[in-house]
Amino acid sequence: MARYLPLALLAIVVIVVQQIAQWSDATYYLTQLTMTAYYSLVIVGLCLLMGYAGQISLGHAGFFAIGGYLSAMLTTHDLMPYQGNALFKALGSLGLLVHQQDLFGASVLHVTPWAACIAAVLTAALIAFCLGIPVLKLKGHYLAMATLGFGIIIFRVALATPLFGEADGISEVPGFTLLPGLTVSGDFAARTSNYYIAWGMVLLTMLLLSQLIHSRIGRALRAIHGSEEAARAMGVDTARYKLQTFVLSAVLAAVAGVFLTHFNGGLGPSEAGIMKSVRYVAIVAIGGMANLWGALIMGVVLNFLSLRGFFGTYDDAVFGAILIVIMLFAPHGLLHRGILRELKNLFRKNGHGPA
Amino acid sequence: MALLELTHVHKRFGGLHAVNDVSFAVQPGQIKAVIGPNGAGKTTLFNCIAGTFPPSEGSVHFNGQPIEGLEPHRIASRGLSRTFQNIKLYPGLTALENVMIGRHCRSRAGFWAGMLRLPSTFREEREIRERSLEYLELLGIADLADSEATSLAFGQQRAVEFARALAAEPTLLLLDEPAAGLNIYETAEVARLITTIRDRGITVLLVEHDMSLVMDISDEIVVLSFGQKIAEDTPHNIQQNTEVIRIYLGEDDAAD
Repeated sequence: MARYLPLALLAIVVIVVQQIAQWSDATYYLTQLTMTAYYSLVIVGLCLLMGYAGQISLGHAGFFAIGGYLSAMLTTHDLMPYQGNALFKALGSLGLLVHQQDLFGASVLHVTPWAACIAAVLTAALIAFCLGIPVLKLKGHYLAMATLGFGIIIFRVALATPLFGEADGISEVPGFTLLPGLTVSGDFAARTSNYYIAWGMVLLTMLLLSQLIHSRIGRALRAIHGSEEAARAMGVDTARYKLQTFVLSAVLAAVAGVFLTHFNGGLGPSEAGIMKSVRYVAIVAIGGMANLWGALIMGVVLNFLSLRGFFGTYDDAVFGAILIVIMLFAPHGLLHRGILRELKNLFRKNGHGPA
Repeated sequence: MALLELTHVHKRFGGLHAVNDVSFAVQPGQIKAVIGPNGAGKTTLFNCIAGTFPPSEGSVHFNGQPIEGLEPHRIASRGLSRTFQNIKLYPGLTALENVMIGRHCRSRAGFWAGMLRLPSTFREEREIRERSLEYLELLGIADLADSEATSLAFGQQRAVEFARALAAEPTLLLLDEPAAGLNIYETAEVARLITTIRDRGITVLLVEHDMSLVMDISDEIVVLSFGQKIAEDTPHNIQQNTEVIRIYLGEDDAAD
């Protein structure tokens, strides 16, 4: 089936890149490629929301931060002072808490990473649900402004709350053991396995989302994008599908936040910043909006270059510039089906430029 | 029992009384037309029936159940399908995909089923595709199935919209000016099509400007003027009705 060919191709590329890095003794690239993979989860989720359902969000860094911050806080904040509390006793007896030793040998009590991850992702989903009900009634600029407002709130909360480490963020976040022997952490020895964990998650997400967009729901989402009134008249419950898509994309962003935080061992308020949200939107736009693979490819390329420091201190400026240039000259993005025809037009004598 | 029954329906927009105390019924198997000059409130009345907005007052019963104030997607899944005066197809989707959306309320796969592509989803998807192709064939545009719907010729787009509305398997089809923008040959084609639809057991309520179309195919006609119903009768009697002639042709001509 043609639909599964890109997935197989991606799996092969992932393996080949790892092998090349191994042989050429350049495994340090795998670290940035792992981080890139997690950012890609945010981007493909946003692509579903923006490109297919036609609903913009300028607050997706907020959902990423909710996932990352909650998971980091729960797995690092010492619960020893509350040990006697009945609630924490109950949590402990459920195996959700873990005793550890800190740097100075003192005993500390944390939430286990699995419990923290589930709590963080569920919280993000709940917030997306409660936020989505009112704001998804808005359209276009108004929706953009409302989600921007949400992003600003999350950023300021992260920056101002002592529990979230204020401007320093949270560090010393422990590894997240998914299965015995498979831990999400920045541990040098676990570099290759982490690369495969991250890309495995991207592959799984791409499989689920590409099946979704070719399903009854995927068609309904594109119908909503095309004409909400006509979609409703055909029996599509537009409010419900927009909300479900919003929550799904928020969950993907939160999962990415959780995993990347455990991989990096911490996170800071810049992950919740508006420029991060703008960057995600810019990448979806340059990838061709309703094009999951385009968004994934552009996300990998641009995030990898950004993480390698290719754009220097002008990092955010580059993404701002991309947004302007794309909107002016290629509103359908760089990677879409008509691109070959447009390129031909560009090089033909009497051709007209991109429409 | 009437399939659709409007009782004292009013619609006000601020100070504008767009629909003023309109009552009529549509019997099963009928082709009924609503006519009237521009601004008579025909499309507003349609939107009140289809749920685009609720009537300010009055009730709308469909199959004996009140539907006024229900959301459009709920009304659609009860078997009331519609087309739009200015065609509303989904850009970026093929003609076939547009028609497949029409089957949305006759299928069920949700987010999880779609993501996991369960065997039942796979079967449902095949059924949706096959049935949608049948409707394209019924309208004689099966060869356009894979063309982008919004790039088709105007008449063809109208046919896709018809197919999409029929794919929902409605018991009542609302057609908002189906002949608008069509030439006389295409209009004759639409007339033939509407009778075909009726012969398949679907009741039709249409709003139309084109008198020839309405007079040829309708069983009954409702005439609106400034939001009020001024006549309801067979086409033959409507043509004789002096009040109707007056609003269509003007006072002086009617006196002649």
